[in-house]
Amino acid sequence: MSTHEHEPEHEREPMHTGMVAPKGRWWVPAHRSEKVWFAIAFAWCMVLFAMMPLWHWKGGQNASGIRSRVDPAAYRERVEQFVADYKVGEMNGLPVVEPPPGSDVYLLGRMWTWYPVLKLRKGVEYTLHLSSTDVNHGFSLYPVNINFQVVPGYDYGLKIVPTEAGDFGIICNEFCGIGHHMMLGKVIVTNEDGSMPGKPAAAVEVP
Amino acid sequence: MSTHALETPQERTARLAQRLFRRCDVTGLALHQPAERLIRANAVAATVALLIGGISAILILLTRWQAVHLLDPMMFYRVLTAHGISMLIFFIIFFEMAVLYFAAGPLLNSRIAAPKLGWFNFGLMTVGAILVEWMIWTGKADVLMTSYIPLRAHPLYYLGIILFAVGALLVCFQFFATLIVAKREKTYDGSLPLITFGAVAAAIIAVITLLHGAATYIPTFLWSIGLMNVDPQVYRMLWWALGHSSQQINVAAMVAIWYLLGAFTVGAVVLNEKISRTAFVLYILFISMASAHHLLVDPGFSSSWKVVNTSYFMYMAVLASMLHGFTVPAGIEVGQRLRGATQGLFGWVKRAPWGDPGFSSLVLSVVVFGFVGGITGVTIGTEQINMVVHNTLRVPGHFHATVVSGTAMAFMGLTYYVIPLIFRKKVAFWRLAQIQPYLFAGGMFVFSIFMSFSGGFGVPRRHWDINFTGASFQQAFHPAVDATMAIMALGGLVAALGGGLYILITVWSVFFGRPFTAADRVDGAKGIPQGILKPPRAVTVADEANLPIGRFGHAPGTMALVFIFLASFALYYFANWKLLSFVWKIG
Repeated sequence: MSTHEHEPEHEREPMHTGMVAPKGRWWVPAHRSEKVWFAIAFAWCMVLFAMMPLWHWKGGQNASGIRSRVDPAAYRERVEQFVADYKVGEMNGLPVVEPPPGSDVYLLGRMWTWYPVLKLRKGVEYTLHLSSTDVNHGFSLYPVNINFQVVPGYDYGLKIVPTEAGDFGIICNEFCGIGHHMMLGKVIVTNEDGSMPGKPAAAVEVP
Repeated sequence: MSTHALETPQERTARLAQRLFRRCDVTGLALHQPAERLIRANAVAATVALLIGGISAILILLTRWQAVHLLDPMMFYRVLTAHGISMLIFFIIFFEMAVLYFAAGPLLNSRIAAPKLGWFNFGLMTVGAILVEWMIWTGKADVLMTSYIPLRAHPLYYLGIILFAVGALLVCFQFFATLIVAKREKTYDGSLPLITFGAVAAAIIAVITLLHGAATYIPTFLWSIGLMNVDPQVYRMLWWALGHSSQQINVAAMVAIWYLLGAFTVGAVVLNEKISRTAFVLYILFISMASAHHLLVDPGFSSSWKVVNTSYFMYMAVLASMLHGFTVPAGIEVGQRLRGATQGLFGWVKRAPWGDPGFSSLVLSVVVFGFVGGITGVTIGTEQINMVVHNTLRVPGHFHATVVSGTAMAFMGLTYYVIPLIFRKKVAFWRLAQIQPYLFAGGMFVFSIFMSFSGGFGVPRRHWDINFTGASFQQAFHPAVDATMAIMALGGLVAALGGGLYILITVWSVFFGRPFTAADRVDGAKGIPQGILKPPRAVTVADEANLPIGRFGHAPGTMALVFIFLASFALYYFANWKLLSFVWKIG
């Protein structure tokens, strides 16, 4: 094509499309505008990366947890013990369990229930353990919208502090078979003094 | 005859192969006929898979739209399984095989290595795909696409996927062999063209991905016949090294197609080979770490593992996408400016061939992939933000913007060039073909956005009934969800119409269309994309010296666009941190 009388330093390829096999040396400096964009994009990537450790340090929501393998049968026993220790009532055929503030709380996902119903207190830290005894389930607290994967054979212990009182649902959001859509659990969060929140639904009357 | 006596076996093969070439009068490329036939076969198989996946998509849509709620739960999960596998695996990988044959064969003026092996691979993939579809539709694999152990499917289901993957893996090796043939027979002079380089990146990622696939499905197959145990958490990690990485094959292939469509439609230039190729290398090095995106709220992994992997080691693959996100539109801009569209900042946009479905598909693919798919993907793949996203509709909201509006849209745009150039037929229903990309991308845009909104309210993905019929408790979603889900469904139906038109146009053109001959290449002819009627030619000498360089380089319009992109990215990203800060304290 054209000769490059004005560019004696290095021979540049004429501009070409991506279909053309470039000849000669194409490892040449980019134009300043491309360098600027490269630098900005790189800096942005570093911001994206820094945010995660920063949130571990300063933020209030992290999924680190206390994680361990657990035999499904052993986990079921632990949940039964937890229910026997702190059961305060029943709701729709499921035990309602009110553990002491600050204690370990055990929740079991299985086809197709979340067992048991939990009664927690606002502003108190609990260690919420999640596991399954059959297939994968998805713990999704509604309407807070916090989501965790519940994997059989693994115990995921998460330090949680309920920051609002009220009635919460646990939706299963991992496909677990034909009854997946019926897998709905419940968490009741009482006020700091243990009283029921403002306008409880009729079903929440716990003896 | 005597002249042949001295030739080496390689030269003899090359000489015999010469007889199988046809010279393309549009692109000037030498088309190896066996390669062309393999491209056609793989493209047809891809379209069949798209049809199955597309019909499934409509059925799923009409079920999740609670006002219609079409299917019963068993059929819903069955059809959902078929949708995922048919679209994400069969449609996309068959199409990518066609792209690999093209990028190493015709694009390098080369014959392809071992064409018979190509047919063996095609047979293997087809048999595998048929086995899988058979198992799904007869109800023996209601496990969804991910088939998380201990959900159990029929052993033949796993075997089908293994056969398909082995076939695809062999095509990758055939692709590498073709590169060696082309190099040895000197069918091109210089370095590999950028588009082939991108295909090499896609093929390497495909090999990595398919090896993970083998590590997942071979043990799972053995588990399904009772020969070994597989840990559910290890399965999830390995499966996603297949499941997410396979979408990264798409990303690399799609970016290569962006460069190709840019070249076909407006003579888009490669501003700097170094930058574009480095970006592809970054994909190869880091993109497979994205398996972690699906494991951010899993119990099996530590936070440091999650942070390092989910960020593709400090977002190096995101950097690659941001580089392509600049170089592709900038290449188009410079191509347009060289053709005389030099007015102002955006004169090149105004004077672009918007009636060429190859061009409109390219632009829509870049824009929706970047602005919706890319921004949401990086944000929801952040370790902590994932807690308010995992398994909600925000996840499919994200990947329908990448895989459908991005990859599938780019594939569709390329098809409008494949029909005349490879199948040598005119594109049927030309007016419909011209509006098809707008319908498809517009519909998918609305669909993805409103699916994401619904997910923001906590609506789960992969869920038959968010009214929870038959559950022991009642749970009503925010009233806005009715509206967001309905708008999502309408957007999806428009996209399905666009997808249906695509299938109609391609099938009709290929099987009943009128042949495309040189005589058809007249101005204003219907059925031929503008890039073929009037291949883009620079009005000035295509040289940097003839381009006005302002303070913002050769492509000032693109510079403005990428800053708008960055601002949207930052806004969405930090808004999500804010959203996260409102939920319960977790540690």
